Amino acid sequence: MTDIKAKIDVLPGLDPRAPLLEVNDLHVEFRTQYGISRAVNGANFTLSPGETLAILGESGCGKSVTAQAIMGILDSPPGFITKGEVKYRGVDLLKLPEKERRKVRANQIAMIFQDALSALNPVFTVGYQLAELFRVHRGMSRGDAKKRSIELLDQVKIPAARARIGDYPHQFSGGMRQRVMIAMALALDPEVLIADEPTTALDVTVQAQIMGLLAELQQQRNMGLILITHDMGVVADVADRISVMYAGKVVEEAGVYDIYARPAHPYAKALLESIPRLDMKGQQLNVIKGLPPALTAIPQGCAFNPRCAYAQDVCRQDPAPPSYIVAPGRTSRCHFWRDVVGE
Amino acid sequence: MSDRNDVVLETKGLVKHFPISQGILFKTKVGAVRAVDGVDIQLRRGETLGVVGESGCGKSTLAKLLVGLETPTAGSITVRGQDMTRLKGGAMRRARRNIQMVLQDPYTSLNPRMTVGDIIGEPFEIHPEVTPRKGRTKAVQDLLDTVGLNPEHVNRYPHQFSGGQRQRIGIARALALKPEIIVCDEPVSALDVSIQAQVINLLEALQREFGLSYIFIAHDLSVVRHIADRVAVMYLGRVVETGGDEQIYENPTHPYTQALLSAVPVPDPRLRGHRDQIVLEGDVPSPANPPSGCRFRTRCWKAQDICAQQDPVLSIRERSDHPSACHFAEPRDVVHAL
Ligand SMILES: Nc1ncnc2c1ncn2[C@@H]1O[C@H](COP(=O)(O)OP(=O)(O)OP(=O)(O)O)[C@@H](O)[C@H]1O
Ligand SMILES: Nc1ncnc2c1ncn2[C@@H]1O[C@H](COP(=O)(O)OP(=O)(O)OP(=O)(O)O)[C@@H](O)[C@H]1O
Ligand code: SF4
Ligand code: SF4
Ligand SMILES: [Mg+2]
Ligand SMILES: [Mg+2]
Repeated sequence: MTDIKAKIDVLPGLDPRAPLLEVNDLHVEFRTQYGISRAVNGANFTLSPGETLAILGESGCGKSVTAQAIMGILDSPPGFITKGEVKYRGVDLLKLPEKERRKVRANQIAMIFQDALSALNPVFTVGYQLAELFRVHRGMSRGDAKKRSIELLDQVKIPAARARIGDYPHQFSGGMRQRVMIAMALALDPEVLIADEPTTALDVTVQAQIMGLLAELQQQRNMGLILITHDMGVVADVADRISVMYAGKVVEEAGVYDIYARPAHPYAKALLESIPRLDMKGQQLNVIKGLPPALTAIPQGCAFNPRCAYAQDVCRQDPAPPSYIVAPGRTSRCHFWRDVVGE
Repeated sequence: MSDRNDVVLETKGLVKHFPISQGILFKTKVGAVRAVDGVDIQLRRGETLGVVGESGCGKSTLAKLLVGLETPTAGSITVRGQDMTRLKGGAMRRARRNIQMVLQDPYTSLNPRMTVGDIIGEPFEIHPEVTPRKGRTKAVQDLLDTVGLNPEHVNRYPHQFSGGQRQRIGIARALALKPEIIVCDEPVSALDVSIQAQVINLLEALQREFGLSYIFIAHDLSVVRHIADRVAVMYLGRVVETGGDEQIYENPTHPYTQALLSAVPVPDPRLRGHRDQIVLEGDVPSPANPPSGCRFRTRCWKAQDICAQQDPVLSIRERSDHPSACHFAEPRDVVHAL
């Protein structure tokens, strides 16, 4: 564990008492031939050790781009971070030179992706890809790195790990590949793990295994976990807190029990009401009328206003609703959050 | 409900094997993927039969067999008393008209170079007897209206529509020949929740309006629970349990159904810890080489010697009130109510 201490010390300005991860007013845009696509327009959240924060939202609302910006793996150009901070223990990662950034990425903040097959290198064996991490970042010998790789594959519950480290990714099932990816992400003991739709491509029984594994590893390591998903079942099952995103903004941030019981933003409320529930059998589901806006033409004022049942004139005018504090640790970007939560 | 005349579609011993061959010049058959391997289902008029099961269990193959996109290796498909697998020529085309399909992916299932009008009107070209040529534009516009799209958009192309709208186009096309039965293969899986709700509402409204019967394939068990009257659970090419939606969801008797239900996260945090988490070990065996006896036995916590020797038939047993293919079928309360 001494090498972990060492790696933290190299970051200038690091404050062990500062929040583990803090994202403030993050803005990302894509400059394309069709115009400027404002993918992230003010994302805020904080993450503590051992905590699971779910980022929930529909396709295209900016979840993955937010994750890429935090990780420093944004496609740039066309993507540019135009504003905001991503602070790890008080250090603004956006201001670090790429060399330092790469160290953070390997050691402190790791990420797993939806599609494990495309994230693993098909021409190297699983064992080699894992061992490389230990050799490059920890300076381990070939033998030690191999030993450590087998241990790690054991930890993520790959059966007969020793026999399988010579296999290539395509020889593993989808669930097993996702386990390998988790192993690679956790190899260097990160403090923050970002999981971008880690189980969307998997069957429910395999999803249950993977989510169980993630929860177990998180607890053992007291890791902060950012879980990106559009599955409100998964969120209800594992998250401590939720950030709901709409058109690149976090429109509501709340504890999981609060938001499911009494959402404070009309979009979060409508989303929760549109999932089929037992008591809705034989009835029409609630729908959100219309479609999410094109990111090249986000409506003035509140981006949700054309679809919102609560909208008033003030919602159609700039400035957009600020992040109102509903309760400690709970925010809503809705002028009328009191009406919404009060019902 | 048990009136035989009410059954609009029935399969008996339906089988589809895909041959596995080896060799480049001289292909020799070395085995077969048993994608669908002895499926009996019944669909009644005006009802929705949900079909659930994990990836590769044979749901899409079953769907393709039902609409005639695949030819069965064995077994029968009876629609209104006619065995579809024996019909030929004009009789077959007329019978096929009655059973249409809606596909999962609204992005790839529509030809990007055809206008929406051509896509929806294409079935009329194949079955010109349904609508006379000069009435077609009107028929297409009516269909667009029925599924909640603007009839003036007949000349637009698929890329000009959103995912949910494209799924509506697929539904309009399926409705064109006024079928009695629509097979929906994961019709909402690719859609966002808010859009998904719109399409589910539309399917339910159309069912009421036209008295349609649906086979509704999905992996989202809460969507199936919402829309289905009865449910068939598939595992490795077989139906392992079937019954009314409450029988399946409240009193599942097959260990696989129980495991499946226990794995589905419920969108209510208060239910954390109210679920028996049955975590299955291992992966689904290859459908080319399924286990002897009960196909679920390699992952089943209740397996006994008899499970390897005797294939459990899908039937009602002493301790269950609906058909289940398990020697030891008995109900288990998996998701406890609050
Ligand atoms: N490399 C890129 N170039 C241009 N636009 C991009 C690029 N990457 C993302 N975008 C745009 O940014 C927006 C947000 O995308 P993002 O991938 O973050 O969505 P998401 O919330 O993760 O959606 P999903 O649930 O579908 O994964 C989208 O409109 C997308 O088209
Ligand atoms: N044309 C084909 N040739 C060979 N094998 C096939 C063919 N079509 C399907 N299979 C195999 O048959 C099995 C059943 O496939 P099918 O597509 O019916 O599954 P499914 O239940 O629809 O799965 P999913 O949920 O992933 O859509 C799989 O093992 C599949 O690989
Ligand atoms: S600010 Fe206005 S439009 Fe936006 S969510 Fe609140 S009520 Fe609706
Ligand atoms: S028949 Fe045996 S192996 Fe199969 S589900 Fe029942 S108990 Fe399990
Ligand atoms: Mg994404
Ligand atoms: Mg399928």
